[in-house]
Amino acid sequence: MSRFSSRRVAAVLLRHFYLMRGSPARVVPLFAWVAVDIVLWGFIARWFGVLSGRGPSLVPVLLGAVLLWDFFTRVMHGVTMAFLEDVWSRNFLNLFSTPITVAEYVVGLVLSSLATSLVGLGAMLLLASLGFGLSFLSYGLALLPFLLVLFGLGVALGILAVALVLRLGPAAEWFVWPMPALLAPFVGVFYPVSTLPGWMRAIAAVLPPSPVFEGLRAVVAGGPVPWGSLGLGAALCAAWIALAAWAYAAVHRHAVRTGLIGRYSAETVS
Amino acid sequence: MPASDSILSASGLAKRYGDTVAVSGVSLHIAPGEIVGLLGPNGAGKTTTIDMLLGVLEPSAGTVRIGGHDLRREREAALSRTAFTASYAPLPGNLTVAQNLRDFALLLGVSRPGPVIERLLREFDLARFRDAKCGVLSSGEQTRVGLAKAMLNEPRLLLLDEPTASLDPSVARDIRERIRDFVSRTGAGVLWTSHNMRDVEEVCSRVLFLSRGRILLEGDPRALPGAHGKDTLEDLFVAVAREPLTLDAP
Repeated sequence: MSRFSSRRVAAVLLRHFYLMRGSPARVVPLFAWVAVDIVLWGFIARWFGVLSGRGPSLVPVLLGAVLLWDFFTRVMHGVTMAFLEDVWSRNFLNLFSTPITVAEYVVGLVLSSLATSLVGLGAMLLLASLGFGLSFLSYGLALLPFLLVLFGLGVALGILAVALVLRLGPAAEWFVWPMPALLAPFVGVFYPVSTLPGWMRAIAAVLPPSPVFEGLRAVVAGGPVPWGSLGLGAALCAAWIALAAWAYAAVHRHAVRTGLIGRYSAETVS
Repeated sequence: MPASDSILSASGLAKRYGDTVAVSGVSLHIAPGEIVGLLGPNGAGKTTTIDMLLGVLEPSAGTVRIGGHDLRREREAALSRTAFTASYAPLPGNLTVAQNLRDFALLLGVSRPGPVIERLLREFDLARFRDAKCGVLSSGEQTRVGLAKAMLNEPRLLLLDEPTASLDPSVARDIRERIRDFVSRTGAGVLWTSHNMRDVEEVCSRVLFLSRGRILLEGDPRALPGAHGKDTLEDLFVAVAREPLTLDAP
């Protein structure tokens, strides 16, 4: 039984720090897409406010939802990007012939994603605040539980995507990018879950972001933080993380059993 | 040699993919200070065997002990003083030489990486490439970076899969000398696969011929050809590759 080594986790982080530091092509996307979303939805929210006669009150509802959803997306993509760097540089054989364990590797991916998604979050908060007067900081610590639940699901979905790519081969990379968009209609990012038909509500019930966005709308409307809903979201999140960890461990075991680690680019699904 | 004295002790290794047998009943031991050649034609099972010794491929049967530690149950202890390099597994080309070495020093648990890396950069004549991306280096330079990586943790066991493939004779000789120096200085054990019989005759004290996943012959690379009616190790290699069944008995 190997002991958990923070040095080996740091090695995973260090590699991604080196990659980021030397590459504008990796750094710019941390800001670019979220900035585009904030600007686009900021103006849409203003226009909807004029159309509906609600004025600027729509800005925190829509822009807040976009900001939280983009944060979730960045976390999920952050985990998978860190993994894909090892795929693209064919690093598995060198990496997994060291004493690093699966848990250390995955924790390294998650921490790498945390660092990059916090950069994106900071950029979004700045732009939303300066450009559209959205002051998320005025909600104070109430914002933190929402972010934590979304971070947790981002991690879970990221690990599931990594497991999928490891199992199916490098060409399965394209599965990764649309995953958040596939979830978005079910979790009520921009509308209450009650708007959905029954079968979609059933799916929404097992997705942690649903209570997050319901709660966000309640808070923005001046209500208290719905701790019960957030607790449900956190519990669902924990279940998703456990499921993702189990799936990745199973796929990694399969990869070691079939030799996929050494010959990953061969895409030998069996 | 008693298995308990071995740096590497593998017993009854086998790997099957469905009905295909890649490796079957391979047992090998490497003593301290010994360089053992693992020879065989393409597809004989050399890389499969090395992958099993590294723990990146699970054997269908058999056990691997490195430094007395069972690879399956004590993976960290077994791999912490094991190193590997292969021409087909270069370090990430998008990091510099120094960045790759620092990163692998952390992965391998090197306690004071700075001085170790500086020493290796000098020893492998890599100081001038310190800040060069590994992907832009020549084959010979990448091989030296891979070997420097492999020396980071002062390994007791060094697994080298075709380390001199695609190198010119001058660089190949340089690599052979560095590895022999390392072994004589540290007493490490080396498993060396190669298709270059000159490499093998020059550095290996013992060779194992693998054919169709089984060890067919074992012995001193200088004495083995004569014992099987061949003039050179290369002739013996060709015979193993073309007619393995005729070599079952000396």
